[in-house]
Amino acid sequence: TATVGGPYGEKASGPGVDFSYVGIDAILEQMRRKAMKQGFELNIMVVGQSGLGKSTLMNTLFKSKVSRKSVQATAQEKIPKTIEIKSISHDIEEKGVRMKLTVIDTPGFGDQINNENCWRPIMKFINDQYEAYLQEEININRKKRIPDSRVHCCIYFIPPTGHCLRPLDVEFMRRLSKVVNIVPVIAKADTLTLEERDFFKKKIREELRANGIDVYPQKEFDEDAEDRMINEKIREMIPFAVVGSDQEYQVNGRRLLGRKTKWGTIEVENIAHCEFAYLRDLLIRTHMQNIKDITSSIHYEMYRVRRLNENNTVVAHANGMPEHHLAAHEM
Amino acid sequence: MEPTETDGGIMEQPKNLEGYVGFANLPNQIYRKSVKRGFEFTLMVVGESGLGKSTLINSLFLTDLYSPEYPGPSHRVEKTVTVEQSKVLVKEGGVQLLLTIVDTPGFGDTIDNSNCWQPIIDYIDNKFEGYLNAESRVNRRLMPDSRVQCCLYFITPSGHGLKPLDVEFMKRLHEKVNIIPLIAKADTMTPEECQLFKKQIMRGIQEHKIRIYQFPETDDEEEMKMVKRIKDRLPLAVIGSNTIIEVNGKRVRGRQYPWGVADVENGEHCDFTILRNMLIRTHMQDLKDVTNNVHYENYRSRKLAAVTYNGVDNNKSKGQLTKPETSDGMSPLAQMEEERRDHVSKMKKMEQEMEQVFEMKVKEKLQKLRDSEAELQRRQEQMKKNLEAQHRELEDRRRQHEEEKERWEAQQRILDQQKLDNSRTLEKNKKKKIF
Repeated sequence: TATVGGPYGEKASGPGVDFSYVGIDAILEQMRRKAMKQGFELNIMVVGQSGLGKSTLMNTLFKSKVSRKSVQATAQEKIPKTIEIKSISHDIEEKGVRMKLTVIDTPGFGDQINNENCWRPIMKFINDQYEAYLQEEININRKKRIPDSRVHCCIYFIPPTGHCLRPLDVEFMRRLSKVVNIVPVIAKADTLTLEERDFFKKKIREELRANGIDVYPQKEFDEDAEDRMINEKIREMIPFAVVGSDQEYQVNGRRLLGRKTKWGTIEVENIAHCEFAYLRDLLIRTHMQNIKDITSSIHYEMYRVRRLNENNTVVAHANGMPEHHLAAHEM
Repeated sequence: MEPTETDGGIMEQPKNLEGYVGFANLPNQIYRKSVKRGFEFTLMVVGESGLGKSTLINSLFLTDLYSPEYPGPSHRVEKTVTVEQSKVLVKEGGVQLLLTIVDTPGFGDTIDNSNCWQPIIDYIDNKFEGYLNAESRVNRRLMPDSRVQCCLYFITPSGHGLKPLDVEFMKRLHEKVNIIPLIAKADTMTPEECQLFKKQIMRGIQEHKIRIYQFPETDDEEEMKMVKRIKDRLPLAVIGSNTIIEVNGKRVRGRQYPWGVADVENGEHCDFTILRNMLIRTHMQDLKDVTNNVHYENYRSRKLAAVTYNGVDNNKSKGQLTKPETSDGMSPLAQMEEERRDHVSKMKKMEQEMEQVFEMKVKEKLQKLRDSEAELQRRQEQMKKNLEAQHRELEDRRRQHEEEKERWEAQQRILDQQKLDNSRTLEKNKKKKIF
């Protein structure tokens, strides 16, 4: 059998195929090169009460100090009186691939005594990003590459009570799963034993189903059987029980990220201890592009349809619209 | 030894006895009587759901007060705070303790938690009032003491200090009950994080001037050392568990994780043993005393001062034993009669005042109505006048217009006549010309 050399090197092929190689698959290499030159953008939002380890988890995910706390020198950690939205951008690079990572933090969420409508500023922020993108798109002179500040993924931190979702969690996820991809995680999972963890996860999944909350990966966006199989496996593990840490310890002769307590050391990347590795794989190694696609082709398109249907009438904002208005425009 | 007399006639310097009198046996008599009577203790637990309150209570008293069938927070449907009490009789070494646990399910669980502390404050005041009434009765043989003697407040282990809800709750309750703040689910934190968190909480407590339960000073060296050790570790970080696990051949109560076993009774792992010893073995009586002498007296003086008009010394500082003066040493019954009479007369006065106010208001309103009626009349007149004036003006203009029209028509006729004449002359001229 003759081998044909292509851009990928050796290519084994059957007899009589020498002249039929056109080279269409070389486009993959071209795309790859172009993508590497352009770089990627990823915008992640973290939402949860203070003290659930959001900043630590971000640092752990990207193996560098990308969280708000590492960038701003806070003299004293005070709970803000209202919700603020703070976004920090970093340019990180790995093996020639550049990524502009933006972490959007929401300090003050759920920390007040009265937390009514604490989701409003967050909804407003997300819709503002869609609006900015829309304005760029409908411009007559468009930029070659529209800067994408849309929130691709929102990680929601559930406190590890071990019992069930709180009303605040249900309300927030119900409203935001309609405009952004939500990935719920159980924060500080080293509080729960394995049985408690399984019970808690089952309870959460039941409640999400009962309230009609569609978290990522959404069932309706599975493209084919293969996708569905992979995503079903993920859906059975949601929400991921994660532990974050940016400190290294010596365990069995290796240096690992972990938390050292008096009764043992929790290894963050050990799947027997916690599910951080699954979350990292989902967000970065396997489903990152899918998340971005769903954001741009589904959530953004929904927003766009809604806006354009308002027929250029003077609309205050699409954000914080009263409930019945939003429901009427659901696809 | 010169005996010196003080105001109360008590000798300052103890007198040496010649022989054995026997009153050294007094503590034993008290002890025997108390054992026969049994003890009571009421403990309240407050905290958001999912912080391990029920587990901790079960661990503290080694009973299953909250059995596995108890509907946990996952099954709760009410959206308001309820206050529930459960009683259990615990016996140990011939001593029996009637333990009442007051639970507050639903605290801090809803989205809007304003005033979620109100049902708890009402409950505590209710118990104080019950005791006050029982104390003031004529027949006082059976006086059940159901006042809340200790409140364990569970703080979420966020690692970031006190939440606004924590501060609000403690500020409102520190004058009514002994508050002991605990850090729940302490196995969330590493030892360094725990230290930092404790410092933050104590700082927050001082900043907001919250008065948590203070351990009493004693003269005993040993006890002082122990008390100091406890004070250094406030607030206590606890873990609760009733499952027994084998560790190195030893059976311990703890929580089994893939990376190790957190032992509840190990002082290095958490402060559970300190809490248990303090609460049950050493300071239970002091908690009851402080509740009786300080919190209850505060409540009592406030309540009675509000009803009577006697000059009462409303001294609210801790540790002061104040009793309101009874007027002229009357018996409490007569005093109550007088209070009732005062109260009735006050009500009558209030009623009269209210009627007066009501009448005055009615008069005012009537006057206002009359004024506005007059005003409206006047405006109506004025408008009518305006209308007539306008009407007349219009009439004038119409007349003018008519005159102009006539004049214009007259002019037109003249012009027409002229045109006719001219055309005739033209004709005539034409005829002339033709000729």
